[in-house]
Amino acid sequence: MEKQKQKLIVQAAPYLSHGITAPKAMLDIIYALIPVALLSVWFFGISSLWVIISATLGGVLVEWLFNRERADNPLKDGSAILTGLLLGLTLPAGLPLWMAFLGGVVAIGLGKTVWGGLGNNLFNPALLGRAFLLGNFPIAMTTWPAPIGDAGIFSVYPSTFTWPFMQVATDSVSGATPLNLMKFQHQFTDVGSLFIGNVSGSYGETSALLLLVIGGVLILRRSIDWRIPAALLGSVFVLSLIFFMVDSRLYPNPFFMLFSGGLMFAAVFMATDPVTSPLTPKGAWIFGIGMGAITVLIRLFGGLPEGVMYAVLLMNATVPLIDKISQPRAFGHGLKKDGQ
Amino acid sequence: MHSLSAIFQPILAVLRGDEDVLPSFSHGVHPQEHRAQTENLPIQRAPFGKTYILPLGQHIGAPAKPVVAVGDKVERGTLIAQAGAFVSTALHAPVTGWVKAIEPRRIPSGQLQNAIEIEADPYASQRLPTKAAIPWQNLSLDDFIQHIQNAGIVGLGGAAFPSHVKYALPDGVKIKTIIINGAECEPYLTNDHRLMLERPEATLQGAEIIRQKLQADAVIIGVELNKAHALDALNQVIKAHHYQHITAKALRVKYPQGAEKMLIKSLLDVEVPVNHIPRDIGVLVNNVGTAVAIADYFEFGLPLIERIVTVSGSGVSRPANLIVPIGTRVRELLDFCGGLTDNIKEIVMGGPMMGTPITSLDVPILKGSSGILAFTAVETHKPKEYACIHCGRCLDACPHFLNPARLAKLAKYQAYGEMAKLHAMDCVECGACTFACPSGIPIAHLIRVGKHEIRAKK
Repeated sequence: MEKQKQKLIVQAAPYLSHGITAPKAMLDIIYALIPVALLSVWFFGISSLWVIISATLGGVLVEWLFNRERADNPLKDGSAILTGLLLGLTLPAGLPLWMAFLGGVVAIGLGKTVWGGLGNNLFNPALLGRAFLLGNFPIAMTTWPAPIGDAGIFSVYPSTFTWPFMQVATDSVSGATPLNLMKFQHQFTDVGSLFIGNVSGSYGETSALLLLVIGGVLILRRSIDWRIPAALLGSVFVLSLIFFMVDSRLYPNPFFMLFSGGLMFAAVFMATDPVTSPLTPKGAWIFGIGMGAITVLIRLFGGLPEGVMYAVLLMNATVPLIDKISQPRAFGHGLKKDGQ
Repeated sequence: MHSLSAIFQPILAVLRGDEDVLPSFSHGVHPQEHRAQTENLPIQRAPFGKTYILPLGQHIGAPAKPVVAVGDKVERGTLIAQAGAFVSTALHAPVTGWVKAIEPRRIPSGQLQNAIEIEADPYASQRLPTKAAIPWQNLSLDDFIQHIQNAGIVGLGGAAFPSHVKYALPDGVKIKTIIINGAECEPYLTNDHRLMLERPEATLQGAEIIRQKLQADAVIIGVELNKAHALDALNQVIKAHHYQHITAKALRVKYPQGAEKMLIKSLLDVEVPVNHIPRDIGVLVNNVGTAVAIADYFEFGLPLIERIVTVSGSGVSRPANLIVPIGTRVRELLDFCGGLTDNIKEIVMGGPMMGTPITSLDVPILKGSSGILAFTAVETHKPKEYACIHCGRCLDACPHFLNPARLAKLAKYQAYGEMAKLHAMDCVECGACTFACPSGIPIAHLIRVGKHEIRAKK
């Protein structure tokens, strides 16, 4: 046999891998968002698609701009697309496109790149972009259009194509969100229609049923940590149940709390962002319960109708601390004498 | 695209039930098994080669001291080096031949180590001299320990810890349970599987000898359920020979089931406290290969001069389970298996999760070498490394409940003191964290480096 020069690879064990890569994990979440996006187009028409695309483009543009010199371009890991999609799905359907685009720019620029890129940011980038928009354009960001109904999927809200910094058309068919109705008119929306999703709100916050199904699939695929949605939803339920039992006319019933607003969407997609949530299992519980408590407090006693976004962002800031105090008990440590 | 089966697999795992009924430890990972290539291949004897290299320090502890000189004629099975200390063991000639050299030779880890090189006598029959069985029943524990040390028997699971050291119990320590490790959790390897299947009598005989000598109450043989035939074989012999104190138990298939402390947790539901060894809680763990080696020694007077090695991987033309004399060069072993394929990428000694990469085919098989794996592009992957995304998969994988992501980050920043505080020294380097990492970070390797630095500072 002829002798061949073979170059052998020498690397440290192990030689096998699970096969899941970071981009694949993100792709999983992106796939999971597609049905949500489709449903929002069904409810709010083609405008919603434009908003999602604008937010994503804004994010991808900044990611490219900051990293164009790098050899390993992080655009390939798909995280910018994911952030843009997540942001887009939390915006009102009638939001002017330039605002959505700006939101995407801020989400990636201030939410991720300045921190050092993927894996280093403290706050959820999509929610940071959303907080920026809400702070700067409070009217546009709280003008929730009613579902389009008979107008047809291809009808566009008049505000969609406004130019930057020109008057936002506010005469569109706007509908108050269920949480607004609760807070300011003291009127509770039927839990059944919340569950299906045919109510005013951002795309992502409309159908609790769809989000529950998607969340379930993601948990089974181990794409998201089940502990965070469990802790968040569980603590919101328990806390609001306590208030409901104290005074059922003043406070909404716990199912209303679960299925209204952005809670479901945040529980499945926002709070579970691995980068900005705790590393440890115990930490995941603390993180989730903290978010649940803040959400309930803001919704019932704060000046805002919805508090999930701030709940997530506030708890994001505590993640390094949570990680520090919630180190897992190492095997064989802290045992009683008999090893049990 | 992701297949549907990937979605339903976790559901099925719960619905099937078999997964959760069997005992196991917490955490761990499920690598693909890759055993089909060799699990049905009966153990064969490889033909004798030309030269044998016997490093003097192939066990944990002090190196052995040669008792032969260059040019000496040696018979197969005769002593060539004696134990250099208590934590050390003897070495025997694997073939009849001449001592060609006693000088440093390359060992699989890449270092040079003093070794005895033996040139086989091409005309020798290589038949072992017939010896009477050694009546182990009458031996005192001290004599038994002496016999084991003189037989050169070490743990054959991979660590090569001299077995007799485990049997030397301090005063007042009693071993209640002996665990025979038949988990064989490393993918690809089937040598323990075949051994239990083909030689269940010897496995149980060895286990019974250890039990009686240590006066232990019970022996449990832990076998992962993917070796159900081996389990059946053991159970039949237990029944036929009325081994009252021995039971064979099925375990869930999970890596690293065969790690000593994991196996104890799986079978006895007890955690060995940190900084303690199993005997502190009255448990002793031996590999099935070790049990068979002990049985063979007392039955035939055969010291540890050969072991069973699985040769597998897509880069090997003819995979096999072979009886290999210690000291056989990897090259000769692979030649017998039809040689390597042209597209070979990587050669590993041991299992695919904890094995060592080898850079030369002239390194010898050691007492602790359980497999030779030759990988082509089919298996080899050099993952692209991404930033840690804090997903926590490594925490869910770590059988010692450490925080591998944090430890790896600290290792990168050379914060070794901080690593020690987070129990880096507890790490058994099983590699489950690296296996699970979606960002392709060599977590286990980084922790290994950190442990090395922590040890160096002490």
